[in-house]
Amino acid sequence: MTTTTYEPVIGLEVHAQLLTESKIFCGCSTRFGDEPNHNTCPVCMGFPGVLPVLNKKVVEFAIRVGLATHCEIARYSRWARKNYFYPDLPKGYQISQYELPLCEKGFLEIDSGGGKKKIRLTRIHMEEDAGKNIHDIRGDYSLVDLNRTGVPLLEIVSEPDLASAEEAAAYLKILRAILQYLEVCDGNMEEGSFRCDANVSVRPAGARELGTKVEIKNMNSFKAVEKAITSEIARQIETLSEGGKLVQETRLWDAEREETRSMRSKESAHDYRYFPDPDLLPLAVDGKWIAEIQASLPELPQARVERFVAAYGLPRYDAEILTGRRDVADYFETAVKIHPNAKAISNWVMGDLFRVIKDRKLDDALRIAEWPIPAAHLAAMVKMIDEGKISGKIAKTLFTEMLETGELPETIVKEKGLEQVSDAGSIESAVDQVIAAHANVVSDYRSGNEKVFGFLVGQVMKATQGKASPQIVNETLRRKLASA
Amino acid sequence: MSLHTLTIHELGAKLKTREVSSVELTEAVFARISATEERLHSYITLCRESALGEAKRADERLKARGDNSPLLGIPIALKDIFLTRGTLTTCASKILGNFVPPYDGTAVKKLKERGAVIVGKTNMDEFAMGSSTENSAMAVTRNPWNLDRVPGGSSGGSAAAVAADQSIAALGTDTGGSIRQPAACCGIVGLKPTYGRVSRFGVIAFASSLDQVGPMTKDVKDCALMLEAIAGHDPADSTSVPAPAPAYASFLDGNAKGLRLGLPKEYFIPGMQPEVEAAVRQAVRALEKNGVEVVEVSLPHTEYAVAVYYIIATAEASSNLARYDGMKYGYRAQGKDLAETYFKTRQEGFGPEVKRRIMLGTYALSAGYYDAYYLKAQKVRALIKRDFDEAFRKCDVIVTPTAPTTAFKIGEKTDDPLQMYLSDIFTISVNLAGLPGLSLPCGFDGDGMPIGLQIIGKHFDEATILRVAHAYEQATEWHKRKPKL
Repeated sequence: MTTTTYEPVIGLEVHAQLLTESKIFCGCSTRFGDEPNHNTCPVCMGFPGVLPVLNKKVVEFAIRVGLATHCEIARYSRWARKNYFYPDLPKGYQISQYELPLCEKGFLEIDSGGGKKKIRLTRIHMEEDAGKNIHDIRGDYSLVDLNRTGVPLLEIVSEPDLASAEEAAAYLKILRAILQYLEVCDGNMEEGSFRCDANVSVRPAGARELGTKVEIKNMNSFKAVEKAITSEIARQIETLSEGGKLVQETRLWDAEREETRSMRSKESAHDYRYFPDPDLLPLAVDGKWIAEIQASLPELPQARVERFVAAYGLPRYDAEILTGRRDVADYFETAVKIHPNAKAISNWVMGDLFRVIKDRKLDDALRIAEWPIPAAHLAAMVKMIDEGKISGKIAKTLFTEMLETGELPETIVKEKGLEQVSDAGSIESAVDQVIAAHANVVSDYRSGNEKVFGFLVGQVMKATQGKASPQIVNETLRRKLASA
Repeated sequence: MSLHTLTIHELGAKLKTREVSSVELTEAVFARISATEERLHSYITLCRESALGEAKRADERLKARGDNSPLLGIPIALKDIFLTRGTLTTCASKILGNFVPPYDGTAVKKLKERGAVIVGKTNMDEFAMGSSTENSAMAVTRNPWNLDRVPGGSSGGSAAAVAADQSIAALGTDTGGSIRQPAACCGIVGLKPTYGRVSRFGVIAFASSLDQVGPMTKDVKDCALMLEAIAGHDPADSTSVPAPAPAYASFLDGNAKGLRLGLPKEYFIPGMQPEVEAAVRQAVRALEKNGVEVVEVSLPHTEYAVAVYYIIATAEASSNLARYDGMKYGYRAQGKDLAETYFKTRQEGFGPEVKRRIMLGTYALSAGYYDAYYLKAQKVRALIKRDFDEAFRKCDVIVTPTAPTTAFKIGEKTDDPLQMYLSDIFTISVNLAGLPGLSLPCGFDGDGMPIGLQIIGKHFDEATILRVAHAYEQATEWHKRKPKL
């Protein structure tokens, strides 16, 4: 019996909610978390007689993303109606783009097993989000919240260029970072502002033809995407290895049971009856505008990694972590501008600060503004260490104080008397006192027991409440012990 | 003197000099409605109380003077397809039988701002789908010239109301002839402006790429005054054109000298009523006397217009009407679960013609059929538009009959949808090409039923249409005839 090896083929479809103030076709707010049906009007509720009016900001955001992902931006694209019937879709159709999307033929680069791999983007188009159905409040009815109806979305579709769950995760992470860098999407998978469906198939290794495709939905975190794809690949290989056949279908990821299960087959797939939306003019984008947007694009994550390595001499590992989120990278650079000790600041950010952020669950996307220690405060603290004003040990205490009070490090140091004691006089008298108080230990040392030196240093530090400069204490102690 | 029989411009003078008040005028119109409505059924909803309030406010504005709106204090009827804040708006459908809109559409808002008095909401074919107003879920409207005949449609209620002096003027909508054909049937003036000239915001959509709002009036000058009031760019309608609307009434000098009038040979077909053809040819001769030059033009793709229309209009309608599910507003039938509630709501809420068109349109857009139907229809639509572009190189306006026959008998065509669809054979191409077209009376047949003359213009050239229509009207007396009710 021969065993076939299979290779997975994966394409991802991402829906990213855009951070515009108002909805895509009306003036309602896009704010999340308001009272149900508060941010609605006749237009987004699909009343008779209403007409859509395009929010220009949505197009600008979409072009930003298209340019950042090396897409061709169509000078002429079109809106289409996607017709389907669902309680959270008040018009009975979604306004989207179909044959002529705004962006096509782009790519992203991911790290894959030591090298860079190009993942092609088929298209990026704009559309309106649907509302939300809320079930199970009472047995006999469901509720519909239309606050989300008409919130702008980008649909970003990749070619089936991904070969593993890890590659899929790497693609999603870099895509999310780009969207955040462009300030067009907050990238929050849990709140659903960044959603992902996966098309997964397997084929005998080396084969050219694609296998039967399965669409997986309902993955609410990066972890879920990785797990769901891994599980689905395994299911497909198992089915084929046992001589079974796969059917083209949509499957839902069940996070609790950690498996995918069938939702609908191809036969029951919708016929969306797409046609150009007669209520909206074709979208004409002029080259001058595209050029303006191009010129205004910020530095993107991959370019920033290279610059952090070159300009700050950071290890690549540090640079990649710091640039993974734009707000973190900005924070780091603000601090380094004030006090140019990049490695020390990087250590504090990646160590103590990340721990606090995690403990306090502040790592939801783009909430750097709420971070408890401003970049300037952190820089000032590192500067005090470097100038010998405080010891590294005291700095840990100081960091906690800064976190709790929000005060400047200088203020806290002054108030609590945490300055490092560097004046030779007071250290000398402390050393003298310790030598006098520990005559036995001193004679031990003098008869060649080097090990007790540490004990004596500790005693001096204790006497100075940890504020003495360890370097001066060392020097003074050695001098005094040798001289007698 | 019977105030309700007068025109906007005649009444405007009397209101400004305060010879009559808007309240008196409004009372006269409602008295006329009381006397005739039982026989006609032009209206679905009458707004007597609010109309008198509006008339009172108009009188105050008139008293204060300095207000130049020609519509100030004038009673106007609205087809029940226009959303009116706080006033029932049914679209003559059971599915919207209890729908009270939360907002005014743009055209309605403009009329109200200009001081018009809203008399009521007129009957129509359900969702504007029909040519006789018989597809209304509310009532059958009768033609004021002969109560056994239809008033045309779909804006049949508006046409009957104006013809019978139940209103001084009215608004209608026209997707394939729904203003012009009933105007012809009832012997009044009806104009479908260029697509994009008048905002569609707040008008219940039938076929979005074809629908257009327009005036229905007693004469051409009133038509110009009404168009001036409602035309212009509306930021709420992306398809409305950002160009200022001219002062249309200023073009009406009774003179059409030097203009070239095109006669399309494809529009004089076998099977049309001989009296209609005779009246139209007579009208052309009258215009020639006025100094108009007549040239023959050709619109070779005319024969495909009805087929193209019934693919595009139904496709758009199938999508536009998906929102009526009984959940957010309107009629709801109770089913044992959600799906059954939806099915029953739409089953009971829509009439047979609306269902027929939803099914036709759904089919035309379906996977596997889209290219053969919808896409092909769009291509032929482009050819029809090109025909007109070619023709307009040779002429300034094109003149045709508005409809192949005068108003037919009630019930005559209800069992034969195809025959009904052919009532719009001369008007549909104008919508497909997005052009402006007007119908005005040009004679009567042997049964005393009015005949309509259609004048088609270039895109956004309503002014020239109105000028030709006005010149013709000045030379004839047809518009002065009134039905004996």
